[in-house]
Amino acid sequence: MSRVTFFEVEILDYKTNKQLCFLDKVEPHATIKEIKSLLYKCYPKLYPARQSLKLHRSGNALKDDDILENLPVGTTATMYFKDLGPQLGWTMVFLVEYIGPLFIYLLFYFRLPYIYSQKYTFTSSPYPVVPLACACHSFHYIKRLIETIFVHRFSHGTMPLRTMLKNCLYYWGFSAWLAYYINHPLYTPPSYGNQQVHYALIMFVLCEAGNFSINLTLNNMKSSGTLLTRFPYPTRNPFTWLFFFVSCPNYTYEVGTWIGFTIMTQCAPVALYTLVGFIQMTIWARGKHKTYIQQFKDYPGLRVAIIPLFL
Amino acid sequence: MASSEEDGSVEEKENNNKKRSKSAIATAWLTFYNITMTAGWLVLAVAMARFYIQKGNHRGLYKSISRTLKFFQTFALLEVVHCAVGIVRTSVIVTGVQVCSRIFMVWFVANSIKQIQNEESVVLFLVVWTVTEITRYSFYTFSLLNHLPYFIKWARYNMFIVMYPLGVAGELITIYTALPYVRKSGMFSMRLPNKYNVSFDYYIFLIIVMLSYIPLFPQLYFHMLRQRRKVLHGEVIVEKDD
Repeated sequence: MSRVTFFEVEILDYKTNKQLCFLDKVEPHATIKEIKSLLYKCYPKLYPARQSLKLHRSGNALKDDDILENLPVGTTATMYFKDLGPQLGWTMVFLVEYIGPLFIYLLFYFRLPYIYSQKYTFTSSPYPVVPLACACHSFHYIKRLIETIFVHRFSHGTMPLRTMLKNCLYYWGFSAWLAYYINHPLYTPPSYGNQQVHYALIMFVLCEAGNFSINLTLNNMKSSGTLLTRFPYPTRNPFTWLFFFVSCPNYTYEVGTWIGFTIMTQCAPVALYTLVGFIQMTIWARGKHKTYIQQFKDYPGLRVAIIPLFL
Repeated sequence: MASSEEDGSVEEKENNNKKRSKSAIATAWLTFYNITMTAGWLVLAVAMARFYIQKGNHRGLYKSISRTLKFFQTFALLEVVHCAVGIVRTSVIVTGVQVCSRIFMVWFVANSIKQIQNEESVVLFLVVWTVTEITRYSFYTFSLLNHLPYFIKWARYNMFIVMYPLGVAGELITIYTALPYVRKSGMFSMRLPNKYNVSFDYYIFLIIVMLSYIPLFPQLYFHMLRQRRKVLHGEVIVEKDD
């Protein structure tokens, strides 16, 4: 009869070193996830997603699937706990971030009172590009909301509340700013008239379709397990052929959508929004690209991060 | 940045030599930069003192030193580059915010709004800046030369306690005094309708700038206070992560 050596886990507060919890009789093959649930039982307000457990103050947080007996600890383990603050699941985060721009733009489109001069309240613009822009902007965010609810499969990850509030400020604030000008009574339609609007619209629609195709493809590959051992590849859908050239075609198409919208509305704040978005997405794309290269020895040499043959 | 002249030697040795020669060049450049800036602000201090002694009041003081001020304050943009490149271990953002606020005051307030150039608040922040910068740059210079007199370290980490609030007061009062002139002239502003569908009101922008001092100034001030405790009293402070 073999005796199982139980572990003891002491959890101290990261800042004050006070002992928060002492767990005895912990199974050696217990995961960090299970330890977090045990801590949660002692402190009902600290749900596992907001717990950060470390072996050393200056080290990295332990992962949920780390196993106790594989960690560099004796039979009595000391861990430091840090409260990450209120957390939100990815789905909730994206829903809140996208619903704002959708409704805020409409407030400006319908020219609700106190936004513009009294005499313009509830009036509408004589230029056809203005309702078109409203339709495109709304379509963009409705599409994103649908993707968040039905298409994306998020990991168990969460986001701190503070980060989400910062993101919301950015998305909501920027949409308000650009909606203000596009729906302004003194709005000036594009310099090259209908031709400019038509070509921009085509670009917008194509890029939206492209972005949707990529999202769908990625999630199909994720659910069929392909992405565990292989990087994303082009399929029969012509929109996915961008995978021959870039690692993150979803970002490429997203930038294209906003370039289309900028040309359609000829509005400087939209151009600025597109630029900032492009910079952020390029940073993300290059990170992803680097990960792929490190992970897969046979990663296609032709591919770059976000702009074909360039960046 | 000069690259290593050696070639054909063992690669690791070459890399080590590159690293060592790089940081020797970086140190040399930084020493030169900090000596220059110390000298520049000393020149400004002397010029301001001479003007006041000769004229007895501050009218025309700004105009007499404005070119030197613009030159040396603008040159400080290099400090952002130093952080970005990594030869100075400070956050790019913190340095960027500080340098930008100075550049803004010099070029977009003092230089552009001529009517406020003889205000007392301008003299206030100029004096504060001069004292602060001479202390700061000589601190860096002596640190790089590994020979830091205690009184310079003391000055750097104590004078700000009084200088920072005084400087902020001078800057805020100056901007506030400039507001009516900005409104009347409509400078730097763009109105609708225009073909880029954007507008910009410099008057409102200045108000937003003044309001932004409220969150930003305490952060910088308490950051310096924490640095002070660490450096002068050897306190170990557990940093609050975000």
